[in-house]
Amino acid sequence: MKRRRARAALALLVPLQVLLAAFFLLPLLVMVVSAFKPDELQLLSDLAGPRAFLPTGHLSLHNFDRVLRASWFLRALANSLLVAGSTVALGILVNSMLGYALARFRFRGRDLLLGGVVALVIIPFEAVAVPLLLLVNALPWFGGATGWLDTYRAQVLPFAANAFSVYLFHQAFAALPRDLEEAAALDGAGRWRTFWSISLPLARPTTATVAILQFLARWGDLLWPVMAVRSEARATLPLALQTFFGQYPRHWGEVMAFATLATLPTLALFLAFQRWFVRSAVSSGIKG
Amino acid sequence: MTVPLSPTRWRKLAGRCAPWLFAAPALLLFGLFLAGPFLMALSYSFTNKRLLAPPDLGAAWVGLRNYERLFRDPEAWAAARNNLLFAGVVVPVQSALALGLALLVNRHLPGSRFFRTVYFAPVATTLAVVAVVWSLLYLPEGGAANALVDLATLGRVGPRDWLRDPGLVLPAIMVLSIWQGAGFQMLVFLGGLQAVPRDLLEAAELDGAGPLRRFLHITLPLLRPTTVFVLVTTTIQSFQLFTQVQVIASGGASAPLDSFRTTVMLLVHEGFRRGRVGYASALSVLFFLLVLAISLLQRRLLKGSR
Repeated sequence: MKRRRARAALALLVPLQVLLAAFFLLPLLVMVVSAFKPDELQLLSDLAGPRAFLPTGHLSLHNFDRVLRASWFLRALANSLLVAGSTVALGILVNSMLGYALARFRFRGRDLLLGGVVALVIIPFEAVAVPLLLLVNALPWFGGATGWLDTYRAQVLPFAANAFSVYLFHQAFAALPRDLEEAAALDGAGRWRTFWSISLPLARPTTATVAILQFLARWGDLLWPVMAVRSEARATLPLALQTFFGQYPRHWGEVMAFATLATLPTLALFLAFQRWFVRSAVSSGIKG
Repeated sequence: MTVPLSPTRWRKLAGRCAPWLFAAPALLLFGLFLAGPFLMALSYSFTNKRLLAPPDLGAAWVGLRNYERLFRDPEAWAAARNNLLFAGVVVPVQSALALGLALLVNRHLPGSRFFRTVYFAPVATTLAVVAVVWSLLYLPEGGAANALVDLATLGRVGPRDWLRDPGLVLPAIMVLSIWQGAGFQMLVFLGGLQAVPRDLLEAAELDGAGPLRRFLHITLPLLRPTTVFVLVTTTIQSFQLFTQVQVIASGGASAPLDSFRTTVMLLVHEGFRRGRVGYASALSVLFFLLVLAISLLQRRLLKGSR
């Protein structure tokens, strides 16, 4: 009786899963398949039927070739990697340091500081974007030149410190056993040595989580580039894609090739580090 | 004349400075790029500050005028309405879908690892890409969305111009947003589900509780903190809605702007394109208060469950 019910459930749930999988997968498939169709008319007439998902008709790498040669794709990819990569690297450094100070030092004002960090988590970037633009435009740089618009630093520095990352690091360091750090101190290691070569390596899962969350946020962001980037030479992928998409006459095959190429890095990253993605999603749920 | 510090006093001083040295870089960045601009927004919202003003023309104090104007601005009301509609549909639908997916994957049916990867795959695509791909699916002539609707209604509903019809553009954006966002929340729910003790469920099963009762009386109550978290973050994200809408709007030939423009888009438009920093700052402050209210609500809801 029970087994029969389980089998009935299986017969119902498997088709449901397949249907849901189709919903999530088919748009991606249309993107990839369309990118290989150089004939715009064929691409569009294929869309209304199952041929939208099938590599039929005339197929070539022509669209990819055009995107790589005649658009800003490669520059935008390099910009995105540079901006997201340096934000994550700098972010890990400064956020883990503050998290460590809050978790492992006793000093006056610590609880107040921790409360302040938790409060900062609530401020959404959207609420500070416009004044930040004014500020960044007026900031001096060491060379004496003013105005950070259209620079990489304007896309990196405002996002390196992240209150939620500090909070996660604080939790991770507070949960570490103290004896290793004490042993290091007995061996004569200073606070920095202890932090850098004992505690931070032990907090690697949190480092991975924080890196993934921050990377995805920077990689996909369009709001700040729309405001702070003026030239194609500084545009990240979302902005470059928006520009490419808005050009007339629009060539859908090339747009899909651009979209496919822009998706490959994150998709590869996801497939390679799936376990860490799962972890970071789960630990983002601790928030609040 | 300086008195050389004795080694012990030097140690003490260094010990007192050390935590602040660790904290300094992040605190500096927070102050400069988060707290500073936040206070600027607060004070600008009471002035008529402009983005590119002639240097001799300073900003003047205008009291609450920006806020008054906001409440009379039909564009602001349209944006607020769009965000509310979006949140009203996307928050329940996306959360329920995410929970359903998590329950499915958590049953460990054949291939559930594969399905988990598939459901999550859209999250690995950036929102700008998602908007572009769905624009293709939404094409008025021979688009996939129209073909699907035609098939589902047996041809009774004719083809629509999804992104140009003022009544359809927002629902169209809702669908693509849910498509992209459900996977991440499925993982969050999955984390919550795995924390539900298995023996509790087995004991209930021995007592004769069916799957529905087990879900309603054991799983769902234990999942409450996760559910509150998912609902709150989806709500906040609904109000932050920007990228998808911006890409579709800049793709040209879309519906009238007020039928789908969001608060953040209006913020960028007023503060950046029209240079009305004071006005946009007032909008920023209201936006912050909204997010704050949602977060406080979350804290209350979570307290109730502990």
